[in-house]
Amino acid sequence: MRIAIVDYGMGNLHSVTKALEHVAGDADIVLTDDPLVVEAADKVVFPGQGAMPDCMRYLQNSGLEDAVRDAASHKPFLGICVGAQLLFDHSEEGDTNGMGIFAGDVVRFPKAAMVDEHGQKLKVPHMGWNQMMIKRDHPLWAGIPDLDRFYFVHSYHFRPSDDITVIESAYPYRFAAAVARDNIFAIQCHPEKSHHAGLQLLKNFVHWDGRP
Amino acid sequence: MPLAKRIIPCLDVTAGRVVKGVNFTELRDAGDPVEIAKRYDDQGADELTFLDITASSDDRDLILHVIEAVASQVFIPLTVGGGVRKVDDVRRLLNAGADKISINTTAVLNPQVVKEAADKFGSQAIVVAIDAKSVTPDNSRWEIFTHGGRQATGLDAVEWAIKMQALGAGEILLTSMDRDGTRIGFNLPLTRAISDAVDIPVIASGGVGNLQHLVEGVSEGHADAVLAASIFHFGEYTVRQAKEAMRDAGIEVRL
Repeated sequence: MRIAIVDYGMGNLHSVTKALEHVAGDADIVLTDDPLVVEAADKVVFPGQGAMPDCMRYLQNSGLEDAVRDAASHKPFLGICVGAQLLFDHSEEGDTNGMGIFAGDVVRFPKAAMVDEHGQKLKVPHMGWNQMMIKRDHPLWAGIPDLDRFYFVHSYHFRPSDDITVIESAYPYRFAAAVARDNIFAIQCHPEKSHHAGLQLLKNFVHWDGRP
Repeated sequence: MPLAKRIIPCLDVTAGRVVKGVNFTELRDAGDPVEIAKRYDDQGADELTFLDITASSDDRDLILHVIEAVASQVFIPLTVGGGVRKVDDVRRLLNAGADKISINTTAVLNPQVVKEAADKFGSQAIVVAIDAKSVTPDNSRWEIFTHGGRQATGLDAVEWAIKMQALGAGEILLTSMDRDGTRIGFNLPLTRAISDAVDIPVIASGGVGNLQHLVEGVSEGHADAVLAASIFHFGEYTVRQAKEAMRDAGIEVRL
């Protein structure tokens, strides 16, 4: 079984690769910028870092967009961080159109809302370990307790129009931290940097048959 | 608020080994970086920071091997600082497995490196380290110092932090040069002034001697994370004990 990590030139994918290799067992993990390798893979991981306009442009220029769309249509598919944001219709960041695989938009944490219950300013990016509140059971969350913490670093978050939220977090208001539909699971935070819980999620993906 | 305040042990690395300072000058070998990183990871460290204090340029690449080895076994964020001069240094450290790169003296000498690195790798990967020292008797104004606190720059620390945020820094690692090594606690007015002035997270550093100091860094200094070296290295406290002390003071932590 082969899992392709899509490298379209945005950011450092070393951490994702190392973490997947750590839990892969017999599975073959390949970091690739070749559409043919993505098309031939059994499962696909779609990461992303930095600004969404750059990510979208790099994705289009790399010739990988069609291969990613094809994978998202039927293979077990894991979007991480900006890779998850790209699946939505549109982002406020640079007024960018995404891939439109999920209905909804990506918005910045609004400055006016960034105050905690003591009136102290909350920083953006939302950086650090936050709790994951389970909204709906999913095979990728097997063995991960409710309210376990994952590592986040982001200034924008997705806002799905449809009822696809699996996990919520709060900063200070509740937002969708992971969404899933059919063969796709997309998560805002970084499982590859989230210690045991994150490795459990990646291990579950390695063993996932793509059914919700 | 469920977002946890972070505790970050800092490891000084030279020639591929972790060292700890005794009385400022003498350096003692403290062991293998991978073993020490795993120990802190097991204790619940939220991130790790590696400071490359290698003096000789011949040994500079050793830090890359250290980061590679740690990154294949420890799955929490890793920050590396020390001797980062060019955008290409940032690239090489990220490729070795670091998640964030801390830029210190270079940010002062050539601020464009911060902007270029943030544009290229994203603000989430760029930490600017600020070494600040009080320049008024009442500890109400602070300036940036370089070369381990010996060289004044005349730059106001609060203004500098705002400028670094504007250039694309994703986080600030703030060290009080007045307090570094003293073990009498963070410079709280400095920490609070910078943390309140910027929208990005601030890591407080310099002066930690006990667990109450960590609590104060968050509650009075408004820091988003606290960094400490000696209280963990010499086995006085575990990271877990530090988190329990913060929790008992009503601070949200990841336990």
